Amino acid sequence: MFYKTYLIKYGEIGVKGKNRASFEEALVSQVRAALSRIGEHFHVWKEQGRIIVDVLGDEKETDADEIIRELQTVFGIVGICPVVKAPLGTPEEIAPHVVSFLSELYHLKMDERWREKHGEQLDGSAEGLSFKVHCRRANKQYPVASMDVNAYLGEKILDAFPGQIRVDVHDPKVMVYVELRDEVYIYSQVLPGPGGMPLGTNGSAMLCLSGGIDSPVAGWMISKRGVTLDATYFHAPPYTSERAKQKVVDLARIISRYTGPIRLHVVNFTDIQLAIYEKCPHDELTIIMRRYMMRIAEHFAKEDGCQALITGESLGQVASQTMQSLVCTDDVCSMPVFRPLIGFDKQDIIDLSLKIGTYETSIEPYEDCCTIFVAKHPVTKPRLDVIKRSEMKLADGIGELMKKALETAEVIEVKA
Amino acid sequence: MEAYLDNSATTRVSEAVKDIIVQTMMVDYGNPSSRHQKGVDAERYVRQARERIAATLKVKDREIYFTSGGTESNNWALIGGALANRRAGKHIITTAVEHAAVLQPLSFLKDMGFRITYLPVDEHGHISLDDLKAQLDQDTILVSTMYVNNEIGAVEPVSEIGELVKAYNEQILFHVDAIQAYGKYRIFPEKLHIDMLSVSGHKIHGPKGSGFLYIHEKAKVRPLIYGGGQQRGMRSGTENVPGCAGLGVAAMEAYTDFDRKVDSMRACKKRLMEGLSKVEGAHIISLEEEAPQIVSCSIEGVRSEVFLHALEEKGVYVSSGSACSSNKKTPVSTVLQEIHLSPQMQDSTLRFSFCDTTSFEEIDYALSCIRELYPVLKQYMRR
Repeated sequence: MFYKTYLIKYGEIGVKGKNRASFEEALVSQVRAALSRIGEHFHVWKEQGRIIVDVLGDEKETDADEIIRELQTVFGIVGICPVVKAPLGTPEEIAPHVVSFLSELYHLKMDERWREKHGEQLDGSAEGLSFKVHCRRANKQYPVASMDVNAYLGEKILDAFPGQIRVDVHDPKVMVYVELRDEVYIYSQVLPGPGGMPLGTNGSAMLCLSGGIDSPVAGWMISKRGVTLDATYFHAPPYTSERAKQKVVDLARIISRYTGPIRLHVVNFTDIQLAIYEKCPHDELTIIMRRYMMRIAEHFAKEDGCQALITGESLGQVASQTMQSLVCTDDVCSMPVFRPLIGFDKQDIIDLSLKIGTYETSIEPYEDCCTIFVAKHPVTKPRLDVIKRSEMKLADGIGELMKKALETAEVIEVKA
Repeated sequence: MEAYLDNSATTRVSEAVKDIIVQTMMVDYGNPSSRHQKGVDAERYVRQARERIAATLKVKDREIYFTSGGTESNNWALIGGALANRRAGKHIITTAVEHAAVLQPLSFLKDMGFRITYLPVDEHGHISLDDLKAQLDQDTILVSTMYVNNEIGAVEPVSEIGELVKAYNEQILFHVDAIQAYGKYRIFPEKLHIDMLSVSGHKIHGPKGSGFLYIHEKAKVRPLIYGGGQQRGMRSGTENVPGCAGLGVAAMEAYTDFDRKVDSMRACKKRLMEGLSKVEGAHIISLEEEAPQIVSCSIEGVRSEVFLHALEEKGVYVSSGSACSSNKKTPVSTVLQEIHLSPQMQDSTLRFSFCDTTSFEEIDYALSCIRELYPVLKQYMRR
């Protein structure tokens, strides 16, 4: 079925007091940006409590799945409803539109997506298909009360499909929504959006991005709260390959479908890593290395106007992610460090990465710089004072190396 | 400076190859099956290429079939050979050090009910003829061996294998994967009792996506690709005219001034081996008298992938193990395993490979880079 209009529902931003208008503006502009990846033939506008997308082209140009797929990347959207519009009129005038919409839906029940959503109950005879009409009278000038519209339309639908359909107001299989505005919006499906808050309503943060499974998910989660992202990646040629770097760019590109363009800083970390390896105790390598990574990430965060750092750490996942280790890495940062995965099990993280589409790329087998110099038995309960003392051994020369790493970092603008 | 020492992965096409490819793409671009003059012109290139290749092997033109490359040739020889002879028996013998393009079709055949025997090799990668003799039985229908090993350059005793197999049973098909040998050795299938011979174009300055399979006219082999009946119904699909023409020129060039070219590769090999033998910690795996274009060397204490990327930064291009297998998570080479190299040595093995235009300057430059990088890299390896 081809829909010329989509009605977008949003959640939290509807209740944000004075900020509401700017939040809605942000959402409209994100919807426009997402749809621009398909083409220019969309009209996106605000309507009391909703955002409406009108498709200007004809059927051949646009595929409903494609529109929905793009809308499902827009943070802030909770529901996407493909709608049929009818002119505002009396319930008698509206009824035929509702009936023909539903009869088309019967046809739609053979559609894969429809089937998936409603299961096999819809197969074969439509007997047992229960429904409920839910009218929303957004246009308060409309002279008939919602309850009366519901009752009238319900009756007409029963008449139109005798023996095939029945009313169930408690647990209907199908909801029939009718929103009365300047026009009538009729819909039945509400496809889930990603939720969260519109991008650009909550500042920006610097993501420490590696080629692993966790960090892209962490970035996605924070971005979902309306945060735009920049990212820092550490590579260590010749210990890591050009392909490992390409993998990180690919990951950034995948999440940028949701998070918008990402400024990716690629830092050559080899010399710093070698200096640590040479001068510091081997069981403390990873902790000290991470402290330098955080310093560098924070430097670029400040430069880019970010107000927080994001890492993919999960408590206790590896030696460098124990609470004691996190205390040591946090110590070098003045910005808040967001760790959205802190309480997640690995499987939870994998499930999310599958959902957002980064998993397949994350598991490509290229070594990143964290895995190269790991000690056999790294400390799991580092003490900050001990780590600081070990770091003193780097005092001679590390300043130069840091300066060089910052100066030679490459910037890649990543955009979906 | 740049030193491309990865010619066993692929080579650059020669000028003459490039010219004929451009000609067949831009001017004589017809379909060889078309009835009109454009088709006739295109067909001429394919025929000429077939003649050129046949001449290098001293075989009949019609025994050369163009394929999409070495992998297809091997697949066709093994699967097509096995299927055509499945009523005669179900047993296939090969070596434990074959390329994946042989091992994988054989594992497919195993699933189809064939019995596969893998002959072990000694520390230099050679099979033993006694082992082969012991494995031949009434059920054996196919014996497949590589000529030159792609990772270490070992040369299998192809002539002796052929004699042994045919003396045992004339009907057994003998397939040789000559992908690393063609252009480096004079190969005459008739003399060597070879029924099928696989060759790839891009290893000899031909284009990628080109290759051929020689099939002796009496050998029973089933086609794998069906369609419009091109190449006498044996390998359907419109001929890749630029590929065929390019391969024809490359084959002809490879065997023109042949001795000088091989001598030049061998001189490079000798020079590199001499240089490497002076590097403490380097263990050369290849034997000097074997394949002229391949030197495999394990460099103690540095993972090959790290060394490879470090050399790459200097413009020196080499392989770690076999290029086709090095992007797996654990780059374990079955060949290096089969010759009983320790896991540490397997993990630190580099392959250098030359072509006829590789120069001493490139070799010397690569050596100087190795000498320069090795102490630095070694210092930082996992302890």
